[in-house]
Amino acid sequence: MFAPAKLRLDDVSMTFKTPGGVFPALAPVTLAITQGRFVSLIGPSGCGKSTLFNVIAGLLEPSGGRVVIDGVDATGMIGRVGYMLQKDLLLPWRTVLDNVILGMEIQGVPLPAARDRALPLLRRYGLAGFEHLYPSALSGGMRQRAALLRTLMFDTDVILLDEPFGALDAQTKLQMQEWLLQLWSDFSKTVVFVTHDIEEAIYLSDEVNVMATRPGRIVETIPVTIARPRPRSVTLSPEFIAIKERCLELLTAGHHSFIDEAA
Amino acid sequence: MTVQETSRIAGVGHDAMHTEPALSVRPARKIRRLPVRKDWPLWAIIATQVGILVAAIALWQVGADKGFIDGFFWSKPSSILTTLITFFTEGDAWIDIGFTFRSTIIGFLIGTAAGSLLGLSFWWSRNYAAIAQPFVICFESLPKLALAPLVILVFGMGLASKVAIATALTLVVSTLTAYAGVKAVDPDQERLFYSLGASRMQVFRKLIVPFCLPWIISVLRVNIGLALTGAIVGEFIASQHGLGRQILYAGQTYDIALVWVAVLVLSTLAIVMYVTVSWIESVLRKGVKQ
Repeated sequence: MFAPAKLRLDDVSMTFKTPGGVFPALAPVTLAITQGRFVSLIGPSGCGKSTLFNVIAGLLEPSGGRVVIDGVDATGMIGRVGYMLQKDLLLPWRTVLDNVILGMEIQGVPLPAARDRALPLLRRYGLAGFEHLYPSALSGGMRQRAALLRTLMFDTDVILLDEPFGALDAQTKLQMQEWLLQLWSDFSKTVVFVTHDIEEAIYLSDEVNVMATRPGRIVETIPVTIARPRPRSVTLSPEFIAIKERCLELLTAGHHSFIDEAA
Repeated sequence: MTVQETSRIAGVGHDAMHTEPALSVRPARKIRRLPVRKDWPLWAIIATQVGILVAAIALWQVGADKGFIDGFFWSKPSSILTTLITFFTEGDAWIDIGFTFRSTIIGFLIGTAAGSLLGLSFWWSRNYAAIAQPFVICFESLPKLALAPLVILVFGMGLASKVAIATALTLVVSTLTAYAGVKAVDPDQERLFYSLGASRMQVFRKLIVPFCLPWIISVLRVNIGLALTGAIVGEFIASQHGLGRQILYAGQTYDIALVWVAVLVLSTLAIVMYVTVSWIESVLRKGVKQ
């Protein structure tokens, strides 16, 4: 691949000092993601996915290594990437519209201009009629849509999604996946996606990174070459199932070693 | 399968042998209708309330007239009414009411505003909060009214000393409540703001302050009562005006009817302020939408 990486992690590691000694949360992780790719991270809880995201977003200073965005060192810099958590974190005292423009507002875009920019998007992406309601009036799926649009309207090239659909019911989750793919192809963002759901990771991604614990690290990078747009039935295709089996194998391998360790 | 069935049948037989005596001694089941609450119409409630009040006043009047109640110590409704009329037509009623009202409101405003700002300011530095907190708690547990004589010496007999006591009573409650709000802010919410590249000031103005507003508002009603208490105590100790001073003066001169009148006026003032603040609170609450 000759395109320069949009987001590059060079040996990013993280250790936490605990009363019981030094705890390695992340072994040196190296990852390069080119512009416009959809990349997933899957792994057991405690594998350092969230730590990795916090480091990329500049909210945590890594113990070692660098985060490079567009060839520029962005280690410890905030405001370079969009970051969305499982919780929607909408402000209850702001309308949906004013929640969505939060990122622009913080970046100093005048309010009327920010609202003008956000309104058509809200209408196009399934929040028509909800613009002036408060978040408390919205369903979980709608709230996640608003949160994701807030992340998009922040207008960074790289977007980190930390289990955005983890709290949704299965039906809503499927709808949101389609909706996310629509947004991704419309806005051509580079997406890093964390999930517990293997099927979700494969269905959405160009590449799945399987992580393991103790210390948190990437054990294998599996490219997903299934052509887009992908119909739902693709989850039953042999290619899909083969990737899924490989992921399960890697995840349960980690699990076995964990049991051995405990025994 | 057969084995299972046999054992099950055996089990049933076994159970039956033991449970049948138990069944026969089981007490009769209590079956009753769902108790029904009967709500009176509003007019009936109000009529009863008025009735009780009228009856109590009438009993008091008749009792004092017939000599069952000592009119010297307890006074009686008829003389309270005459004193009330004299109080408003001939005395300094409005000056006293105005004095107590002013010191209460000024103390309430200063105490609430300064306390809320102090509580919010703890967000800026964890070190500063940790250092300041024991002092705030000390000041909270201090019986502030016991310091009132000192306050009178420092601030004088006038309005300032009453405002100072009212402020002291309201300040700490506001501080602690606003700080409780600050501590309740979701750290993830702060992380979201920082991930969007926010400055400390932006987080404070756009997240911390709006988030804590409901906390600050919730303390208004408590504070108006505290401010009034502070103002009255200040007047008790040394003052030339105010309803508190009227009560003290009337008590010292055995003018029990005047004591009742001043207490009555004071309660009315308290109710008016309480209702107004409650109304402001509900308006603000709607405004902040949480």
